[in-house]
Amino acid sequence: MKESSSYRGFLFFNTLVMTVVVIFTLYPFVYLLAQSFSSEGAIYAGKVFLFPVEFTTTTYELLLKKPEFYRYYGNTILYSVLGTFISVSATAILAYPLSKEKLRLNKFFIPFVLFTMYFGGGLIPNYVLVAQKLQMRDTIWAIVIPGAISAFNVILVKTFFAGLPNEVEEAARVDGLGVYGIFTRIVLPLSKPILATMFLFAMVAYWNDWFTASLYLNTKESWPVSLYLRQIVDNFVSTQEFSSSDAASTQIAATIKSTAMILTALPIICIYPFIQKYFVQGMLIGSVKG
Amino acid sequence: MEEAALQKSISRAPKTTPLWRHVRKEWKLYSFLLIPVIYFIVFKYAPMIGNIIAFRKYRGGPNIFGTEWVGLHYFEMFWKDSAFWRAFYNTIFLSISYLIVRFPVTLIFALLLNELRSIKVKKFVQTVSYLPHFISMVIVVGMIKEMVSLTGPINTLLGYLGIEKISFIQQPDWFPTLYITSGIWQGLGWGTILYLAAMTAINTELYEAAKVDGASRFRRAWHVTIPGILPTIMVLLILDIGGIMHSNFEKVLLLYNPLTYETGDVLSTYVYRMGIGGRDGIGGNFSYATAVGLFEGVVGLILVTMANFVSKKTTKTSLW
Repeated sequence: MKESSSYRGFLFFNTLVMTVVVIFTLYPFVYLLAQSFSSEGAIYAGKVFLFPVEFTTTTYELLLKKPEFYRYYGNTILYSVLGTFISVSATAILAYPLSKEKLRLNKFFIPFVLFTMYFGGGLIPNYVLVAQKLQMRDTIWAIVIPGAISAFNVILVKTFFAGLPNEVEEAARVDGLGVYGIFTRIVLPLSKPILATMFLFAMVAYWNDWFTASLYLNTKESWPVSLYLRQIVDNFVSTQEFSSSDAASTQIAATIKSTAMILTALPIICIYPFIQKYFVQGMLIGSVKG
Repeated sequence: MEEAALQKSISRAPKTTPLWRHVRKEWKLYSFLLIPVIYFIVFKYAPMIGNIIAFRKYRGGPNIFGTEWVGLHYFEMFWKDSAFWRAFYNTIFLSISYLIVRFPVTLIFALLLNELRSIKVKKFVQTVSYLPHFISMVIVVGMIKEMVSLTGPINTLLGYLGIEKISFIQQPDWFPTLYITSGIWQGLGWGTILYLAAMTAINTELYEAAKVDGASRFRRAWHVTIPGILPTIMVLLILDIGGIMHSNFEKVLLLYNPLTYETGDVLSTYVYRMGIGGRDGIGGNFSYATAVGLFEGVVGLILVTMANFVSKKTTKTSLW
């Protein structure tokens, strides 16, 4: 291995780039964390960069004492769990027949699904449909159903299914399993990487969703936590609710905002590393052939 | 091998049987489609048909498609509306400048990741750089606002450098920069995932052959990696061109404010304010907003079709 010195120069440069990318990516998180544990005064004085200044946990205590915070959090968990279940099962159920080349009507059904990737009804017709025609406003269905299946995800799963060895399904058929048995007992267990990927995508989408909720949920009690967070970040919530300091301000303190952001993102950040290895695998197999 | 060929000819045989017999034989597999297809009809295709209200007077109320035909009235209306043209221009300006920055940066980052020799380091950088993709837009925009606030780290740093503080969020000139930078922050890692997937599919013998021929690392990347992932590059480019009309709606909605409409208001947020309302929106103009939305969707569809056509002709890569 006598790679030239210019190659060693490149390796150095590459390491440098990677370091910069990692710092650039992580810094906003570090800053939020530092801010959430700092005093308001320290932030207004511009003293906080990397570590908490005048360490305090008052904002966490304040938020975690609020009963409505738990209610919104509970709503988010409910929407995420139900939505993810519906989304992943519907996507897999649709993708399975589409992955079978022998089905002649797929010539029609695949473009039928794909077309929705490139053209959609648009915001207003969707709103009119869900809120007025289907009368789903203020129900959980308005949150979990309209976005349940995305054509892009269907294609990823379909590609994965198509890549499974045919012999396994054949053997199961010989053993007397029917179409439904093969799907639930053979195909799904073999598809863990792509199903875990879909699980993560759906979970994150429902967890982070605030816009659908802002469109369809009028009663505050059924809000997800992300919508509550939106009100805090944009100062829509009355500041008296959050009077943590003596300073009567028109703005909610940055410390409270960052604490709310961290508490909302925490579950995603915690789950993510465990599922990450699956989705890299799932995306690889799902996309390469697609 | 012969068995596989035999299997193939067997599976080809039924194609000559009548369709109804094929459906009857495979009805169990087709039955999977029932609920999803109903879903697609109701939640994807019905709203497309719902665009009819762009041609009719509709302001809510019991009549599904409004009260009367008005033809292209609403289209003429927005065509004469300067706020529409501002949103149209902003949409295209933001999308294209974002695309110009993001496309090469993502590709280069993917190539550099691919050159890392330590699997551990590569995995670590990937894990970290994918993370922002999964963070809620509310938090992303909240972070932007904290980072650039008057007491935030960027302004404090400017202060140390003796530069006057800038209220980034209030100044129209800074909106595109915030939009693009935060987009890179959130999407850089995730954008590489399809490239990296394509790179793993390149035959390693090609690299060996290039090595034997004495090609340097740089030459190998240029002559083996890039051609190997060209289809992926083209597919992503086609999709991006098709997406020019669609800005990051949620981000703009959270990031802009009346002071920055001048550079920040895009078609989708304009539709939102006209149709639904919001802080200082009008709301309730369903037909007008639908007309603008339909324009946005149709132009997007035309763009993706054209990009697909050009790509098919020049690189033989296409989406359909």
